[in-house]
Amino acid sequence: MTTSFEQGINTLKRVIDAPIASYFSSCTRCGLCAQACVFYTETGDAKYTPIRRVEPMRRIWEQEYTAVGKLKKLIGLSKTVTEQELEDTVELAFESCTTCGRCSMVCPVGNDIVYMIRRMREGLTAAGLGPKELRAAAVRTLETGSVMGFPMKTLEAQVRAAEEETGIKINIDEPNVDYLLLLSSAEVMQFNEIIAALAQIFQEAKVTWTLSSTAHEAGNPGMHLGSSEIEAAMINKIVEAAEELNIKNVISPECGHAYMAIRWEGPNVIGRPYPFKVYHIIEVLDKLREEGRMNTECCDAERITFHDPCQAARRGGVNEPQRNLLNMVSSNFIEMEDRKACNWCCGGGGGVNSIEKSEPLMDKVFHRKRAQIEMLDVTTVVTMCATCRNALEEGAEKNGMDIRVMGLTEVLANRLLKEKKS
Amino acid sequence: MSQDKQVLAGELQRHGISRRSFLKFCTSMASAMALTPAAAVEMAQKLSTIRRQSVIWLSFQECTGCTESLTRAHKPSLESLIFDFVSLDYHHTLQAASGEAAELAREQAMHENGGQYILIVDGSIPLKDGGVYSTIAGISNLDMLKDVAKDAAAIVSVGTCASFGGLPKADPNPTGAVAVADIIDDKPIINIPGCPPMPVVMSGVLAHVLTFGIPELDALGRPKAFFGDSIHDRCYRRPYYDRGEFAKSFDDEGARKGWCLYELGCKGPITHNACATIKWNNGTSFPIQSGHGCIGCSEPDFWDMGGFYKPLSTGTSNPGQWAGYALAAGAAAGLASAAVNKAAKAKADKVHQPVTIEDMGKK
Amino acid sequence: MNEIELLNWARGPGLTYATIFMVFGLTLRVIEILSLGRPKELAEVRDSGVRDGWRMVIMRSLPERRNWKRITAAYLFHVGLLIVVFFFIPHTQFFRDVFGVFWNGWPNYIIDFVTVVSIAAMLYTLAQRLFDPARRILTTIPDYLAWLVTFLPFVTGYMAFHRLGVDYTLMLALHILSVELLMIALPISKLTHAVTFAMSRWYLGSNNGRRGIHV
Repeated sequence: MTTSFEQGINTLKRVIDAPIASYFSSCTRCGLCAQACVFYTETGDAKYTPIRRVEPMRRIWEQEYTAVGKLKKLIGLSKTVTEQELEDTVELAFESCTTCGRCSMVCPVGNDIVYMIRRMREGLTAAGLGPKELRAAAVRTLETGSVMGFPMKTLEAQVRAAEEETGIKINIDEPNVDYLLLLSSAEVMQFNEIIAALAQIFQEAKVTWTLSSTAHEAGNPGMHLGSSEIEAAMINKIVEAAEELNIKNVISPECGHAYMAIRWEGPNVIGRPYPFKVYHIIEVLDKLREEGRMNTECCDAERITFHDPCQAARRGGVNEPQRNLLNMVSSNFIEMEDRKACNWCCGGGGGVNSIEKSEPLMDKVFHRKRAQIEMLDVTTVVTMCATCRNALEEGAEKNGMDIRVMGLTEVLANRLLKEKKS
Repeated sequence: MSQDKQVLAGELQRHGISRRSFLKFCTSMASAMALTPAAAVEMAQKLSTIRRQSVIWLSFQECTGCTESLTRAHKPSLESLIFDFVSLDYHHTLQAASGEAAELAREQAMHENGGQYILIVDGSIPLKDGGVYSTIAGISNLDMLKDVAKDAAAIVSVGTCASFGGLPKADPNPTGAVAVADIIDDKPIINIPGCPPMPVVMSGVLAHVLTFGIPELDALGRPKAFFGDSIHDRCYRRPYYDRGEFAKSFDDEGARKGWCLYELGCKGPITHNACATIKWNNGTSFPIQSGHGCIGCSEPDFWDMGGFYKPLSTGTSNPGQWAGYALAAGAAAGLASAAVNKAAKAKADKVHQPVTIEDMGKK
Repeated sequence: MNEIELLNWARGPGLTYATIFMVFGLTLRVIEILSLGRPKELAEVRDSGVRDGWRMVIMRSLPERRNWKRITAAYLFHVGLLIVVFFFIPHTQFFRDVFGVFWNGWPNYIIDFVTVVSIAAMLYTLAQRLFDPARRILTTIPDYLAWLVTFLPFVTGYMAFHRLGVDYTLMLALHILSVELLMIALPISKLTHAVTFAMSRWYLGSNNGRRGIHV
């Protein structure tokens, strides 16, 4: 065991960098971040004000890295962070924050609070305070290769089922193909239609691809825990697989945080650039659309809307491909009032949906999403993240909302198959 | 100078001063001090019945400008009549006697009128190096002031030097000049600052002292009747200030239109004096009317306000000159702090232990 | 010490000390921030992020419509502050004296109006700080002091201009001293944001830009 309070504090000292120092220097305690946070707007509890979630980190920054703070500490104006304070921060940094980053959209001085939450979590995990559910998920992922802990043969069974359904051979560990496809556990266990759907789309578009038996999991509990080392261990599996198979493009599935981990954090936590490129599946599909390799003749008239997953859209930069694709398959795509980078969080991301304690809170904060959806009078909400999809489905069910929740890939496949059949 | 102690009425007639001009003087003084018309009559009565007051005028570190202001008007002025109401027993510039005779006259006046005479001082008093920078008849200004003040009924400090130290006190104050009030603290002192003071202010205050006693004074010992308002408050160019219309140079259109001289360094807003209302040279004009900003001469340390042509809203020092050094020092301190921070981060990296799967709870 | 001496001190040594402290402090703070470094971005970026960094520095200055109720007063105050500081004619004289650069000031009636609006806006922001739960929970005593030292120059300036309260000389001295207090508070309080806001916005904007988020 290496985790301890001291290691936690030490980690916080390590991760504080110039951006964080500038964020803390600039914060005017205006509280606007609270107005952007579902956990505040839906509960009215000021303790959820986003910038408060990183208060221990602020004090460590001030006391360690500023002359003024050193002086304040010396004369007793600034108290050092206690073990109790770190423990109390778990609730704020893990249990009630989905790291959606909407707060940084309204911050007048441009503070990237999630950038800090990510590192606050790193400190808490180093202090041994990471939530048990996330830690268990990390162990499962590292040991079995999947977040949910199923063995490879479960995936193999799903693959075989898809092959039977479509009559298309699906590669596993095939070298030198165009793409290495990663999946999230939820896609293997719950939303498995995606495998068959992609097999058909890629077949039509003449794209070669494979799954990997050693690296099929896109989900990364290490990122939720904020632990760069655990995150890197998971990323390295993917990197090794891609290198071994000599594949130049890796596809992150419909999972927001997986995209964030693989696309953006990955190279930084493993400490070297990738020898391949990473795409969100929706980026790949949009590229196929653009190249004319995947087209529909026309569209469905159902009223649908789109929920932008925070890690893919606001923080990951995938904002247009989903719209291009939706407009291709739907004549009645209705935008939410707050969308793209400003979309409201589903309430389930950032690991919150796996923390048992957070469930009542998750239910409560879903009201924002519900109001946003109900305003539009749609039949279907499309998204491109398994976590969002779960949160939306659960929320809709618990609130008796008459809507269908779908993944964008599934929507595309349905339309393509419908046209093919007719 | 005359030692005559007769009542004034006859004396004035003997000097060829008509009753008409006497009354005119009283009315003028009373109105200048904003007294009631009845007070003018009272002043006239009192002046004509009192005995001529003994006055000793000491000149220290000064330029004689104050005396000039009072006496060397274009033509004999109404204000200079004040000399006719007093017995000026000692005054370097005006007395006929010189040398030992002059000093004798002073001592005699002090002796004969102990506790009664009025002491007028113009000029500041040097304290540095034992006061050697200004002596009269071998006596330092400090000693002479203390000596004469001891038995004075009241002291009138004429001019900014006597009132506040004035020009000799200007930075770096080489002679250690101080004001009368810095030395004497047991006598009533009236300050009549100005460089020079307005003639009517000097004579008006003296007339008031002679007739009604010490006038009401402000916190700086100045008669409120003359120093209650700032130049700015009474300035005819004030509306331009309020509208933000300022002359930018002494010969631009704004200057020709008579706009406010604030940007050209006018100190009117902080200067208390009667120039803007009574004006100089028999009410002809005053500096601002002639196109030049007020230099603030009736205020303490007016010489050290950063320059006559620097606007009041600017610094008297040049902070920009220091900013460069502060920047360099800040950068140096910043780099030192940066080195400490780097070391702290390096240490944190060193003691850091990677989080492992065992930490996640792996059995 | 009389009023004139106080004024002369404020315009002379006081201004010098405050300037030295402010410039020294802000330089130190900025270097301290930069010294902590920014890890090299190893992921393949969509854009250098430089343009988006600068874009964020500027565009974040525009009001965010969703929160207009909460930001209007603060906006009025910030805009008012800039107008009053840089466009009151006597202030332009100050900057000309220090920097040698001159621009035309605005008419007094505008400045006067802006000052009143700014004072009202500041009082409103104080009320918000006291009554808005999110704002209140974040606020510490130094934050209230920061409000106070920002508020005082407005009030003393307004009172000096209108010859209210004490004698103008004293009020002018107090006004200048209150500004010097503000200058001293700048590097040691949250008011540092007056400088570091550009840095924090730039970091966010450039991070976003690298990821292809152009907001």
